[in-house]
Amino acid sequence: MTALALDGVSVSLGGARVLDGLTYAVEPGEWVALIGPNGAGKTTALRAVAGLIPYDGRLRVFDRDAGVTARRELARQVALVPQVPLIPGDITVREYVLLGRTPHLGYFGSEGRADHRAADAALEQLDLVPFARRRLDTLSGGERQRATLARALAQDAPLLLLDEPTAALDMGRQQQVLEIVDRLRMNHGLTVVSTMHDLTLAGQYADRLLLLDGGRLVASGSADEVLTRALITEHYGAEVEVVDAPGSGFVVVPVRRPQ
Amino acid sequence: MRRGDARVWLPLAFLFLATALLTGVLVGPVHLGAVNVVRATFAHVFGLHSPLTGADDAILWELRLPRVILAALVGGTLAAAGASYQGVFRNPLADPYLLGAAAGAGLGATIVVAYAPGSRLNGDLLPIAAFVGAALAVVLAYALGRSAGSVAGPAALVLAGVTIASFLTALQTFVQQEHVDTVQEVYSWLLGRLATTGWREVAIVVPYAVVAWTIILMHRRLLDVLAVGDEEAASLGVNVARVRLLVVIAATIATAAAVAVAGLIAFVGIIVPHTIRLLAGGSYRLLLPLSVIVGAGFLVYADVIARTVLSPQELPIGVVTAFFGAPFFAVVLLRTTRRAA
Repeated sequence: MTALALDGVSVSLGGARVLDGLTYAVEPGEWVALIGPNGAGKTTALRAVAGLIPYDGRLRVFDRDAGVTARRELARQVALVPQVPLIPGDITVREYVLLGRTPHLGYFGSEGRADHRAADAALEQLDLVPFARRRLDTLSGGERQRATLARALAQDAPLLLLDEPTAALDMGRQQQVLEIVDRLRMNHGLTVVSTMHDLTLAGQYADRLLLLDGGRLVASGSADEVLTRALITEHYGAEVEVVDAPGSGFVVVPVRRPQ
Repeated sequence: MRRGDARVWLPLAFLFLATALLTGVLVGPVHLGAVNVVRATFAHVFGLHSPLTGADDAILWELRLPRVILAALVGGTLAAAGASYQGVFRNPLADPYLLGAAAGAGLGATIVVAYAPGSRLNGDLLPIAAFVGAALAVVLAYALGRSAGSVAGPAALVLAGVTIASFLTALQTFVQQEHVDTVQEVYSWLLGRLATTGWREVAIVVPYAVVAWTIILMHRRLLDVLAVGDEEAASLGVNVARVRLLVVIAATIATAAAVAVAGLIAFVGIIVPHTIRLLAGGSYRLLLPLSVIVGAGFLVYADVIARTVLSPQELPIGVVTAFFGAPFFAVVLLRTTRRAA
C-alpha cells in the first residue's frame, strides 16, 4: 500500500500549466518534502491532493482513487495545514480545534463525546491546554501555528499536508514545530507531505526530498542526492555552498556574489 | 460571565425577551395590568374565559399582542438573517439587505403604491410585491455573482449584490419621480413601520420565519467552519457553495417576509449580532440562537419607544433602531475593546 500516489498529475490555472505530469509515490509513515523555487508548483501539488482544485491524471490516497472519493471521505484521509490559515479571531482555541472533527460529522450533526475527546487530546499533544479558552486573535504566530496543527490532528487523517509550516516563525519556533510534526508522525503513524523553503531544515527532517521546477519533478531522493550545489544553482538560480556538517546533515549556505 | 457559555447566555436572552414582550403589551394609553394581561393571553391561547372586559380584551388581543408578536418575529428574523449573512460572506458589515433585498422590496412596494394607489388592492398587494421584489433581487444577485466565477468567492457575490441594488434603486427612483404624489407613502414604508391589522401580518410572517430560523440554526456549526475560509472549509469536507446557498436562501426568504410586512427596518441585522459577538463570543453555535431571541426582544423595545415618545403620533421604527441602536453599540464596542486591551 502507498499512502499517496500521483500518476501524471497536471494542473492548469488561468491557462498556465502550473503542474506538469507530476508522478511520485509516498510510503505510509514517510515524511516527504516538496522543495523548489517560487512558482514551482509545490502548493498547487498539495491543493490537488487535498481535492481543492481540478487536475488531470490519477491521484490515489491509500490506494483509493481520490478523484471519485466524496469530499467528506477524502477529508477523513487528508488533513491540510495551509501556509497562512484564515484565523477567525473571535472564537476560542478549543472551538477552533473542534472544527477539525467536521469530516466525521453528518451535515447537520454535532460533536459527540468522542469528538470532544479527540479535540482535547489534540490540545494536549500541542501543549495548548492552557490556551483552550483563549480567543485565537490573542495568540502569537507560533501559538496559532500550533492551534492549526491541533485542528489538523483532531481531524484524525492519516495523511498530513503542510504548506510551509515554518514560514513566518523564528528559528526556535521553526525547530519546535518541525519537532512536533515529527513526534506526531511517530506517535500517530502519520504520513507527512510538506512544502519547505528552508532547504537545510527540509534535509534535516524529511526522509525524502522532491525538487520541483516549472511544475515538473526534476530531482528526488535523500538530502545528499538532492541538496547539491549543481541542482540548487540550476533550479533556484542561487549561489550556494552545501556543507556536510556532521550531526546536522547538509547545510545550504548562500554565498554572496561578487559585485 | 464566561464567553461562549450557553448555560449563562441563553437564559439571560430569554429573560430579556420575556421582559420585552411584557413591556410591549403593558405600555399604551389604556392601563391593563400585568397579571390580567398574562392571564388573558393564556385564556386566549387555551380557549378559556378572559379576565379582562370586552374593550380591554380587544385592545390586548386585537391591537397590542399582534403588534408585539410581529415586532418579535421581524426583529428575530432580521437579526438572525444579519448574523447568517455575516457568516456566509465572512463580512462583519453584511446585513440582511446586502444582496439587494431592500432595493428589490423598495421597487416592488413603490410600483404598487404608484400604479394601484390607495385602493383596497394596495393593502393586499404591497406585502406580496415587496416580498417578490426582495427575493427576485437576491436571485439576480446570486445568478450574477455565480456567473462571475466561483474563484472570486463571496466577494463576487457581494459586488453583484451592490450592482443589482444600485440598478433596482435607480428604477425605484424613476418610478417615484413619475408619481411624485406617492413620495410620502413610499417614504414612510422605506423607514419601516409595524402597523398591524389584527393577526394578519403575523400570519404572513410566521411560516417563513419558522422555516428560515430552523434552516439557519441547523447550519450554526457549519457557519463556524466557513469562518476558516472557503478552501480550508472544503479541506474539512464541507461543500461550501451548498452551505452558502442554503443559508442565503433561508435568510433571504425570511428577510423578504419581514420586509413585506414591516418595511425597511435598518440596523437590527448589524447591531444585534455584533453586540452578542462582543459579549458572548463569535461562535455561530451560540450567536445564531441568541440573535433570534435578542433581536426579537430588541425590536419589541424599539417599537415601544416608537409608539410612546411622540404619542399619540408614531415615530418610524427604523429611526428608533438607528437612533438608539447606534450609540448603544458604540458603548458596547468601547467597553469591550478597552477591557481586552
